[in-house]
Amino acid sequence: MNTVFYISAAVAILSTAMVISRLNAIHALLYMIVSLLAVAMIFFVMGAPFIAALEVIVYAGAIMVLFVFAMMMLNLGQEAVERERNWLSPASWAGPVTLVAVLFAEFIWIVSRTGGSLPGGGGLGPKQVGIALLGQYLVGVELASMLLLAGLVGAYHIGRRMPRTGEENEASRAGISIKQ
Amino acid sequence: MITVPIEHVILMAAILFSLGLTGVLARRNVLFILLSIEVMLNAAGIAFVAAGARWAQADGQIMFLFILTMAAAEVAVGLAIILQYYRHTGTLDVDAMGGGRR
Repeated sequence: MNTVFYISAAVAILSTAMVISRLNAIHALLYMIVSLLAVAMIFFVMGAPFIAALEVIVYAGAIMVLFVFAMMMLNLGQEAVERERNWLSPASWAGPVTLVAVLFAEFIWIVSRTGGSLPGGGGLGPKQVGIALLGQYLVGVELASMLLLAGLVGAYHIGRRMPRTGEENEASRAGISIKQ
Repeated sequence: MITVPIEHVILMAAILFSLGLTGVLARRNVLFILLSIEVMLNAAGIAFVAAGARWAQADGQIMFLFILTMAAAEVAVGLAIILQYYRHTGTLDVDAMGGGRR
């Protein structure tokens, strides 16, 4: 079981190094997803299956998709077709797929060996986390909900498209107000 | 449960955090800087969960939940700011906004 941790840690560090060194943002995002999956595997073998599931669902699922959407909104140009062609070439996805295959082999090994549950009965399941979260940390949950609402309203307000009816300085004035 | 010493987990979190910090300092693309900040937050979360697993308390996982919430809100607002930045400068270079452009 320790080997699983070390392999996952190696995959996480390697893919994170690839994230910060890629030139193409989409390639970096692919490696980032691999890194998050490796970290989820580490959480699982560390005895935090609930957090591992949340890492996959929220981080690798929601936040990275948000990044992909933003990137696609930025790339609306003539080079979009060219990027699409590069995107489909094997050189861009061979690395992440290899790393994910390593993680998948680990996962298959764990499941075939333990039947999907953590050996030794160790770890903290969702039950303990839920009891502590909604008991002791209830104020934190309320604050988190307020933070998410503020983030939602703020993102909508900042990200909405300014009306294009005015002249160019209209937009630049709006840009200045954003900057402040 | 693994029997890896906690120092190794913390060391891995530290390496990931350093990689994220390197990304923030070295990259000039706003998108990569936001991505590196995500890496750093994630590394901090690993340290929290490792500490919680070490003492068999749920507090570490709850701290990670709060980090997750904060990261989601931060990414939403940050990406909105990046979209506006791109609309007004036409590039994602952080240096484009400097130098008293207004």
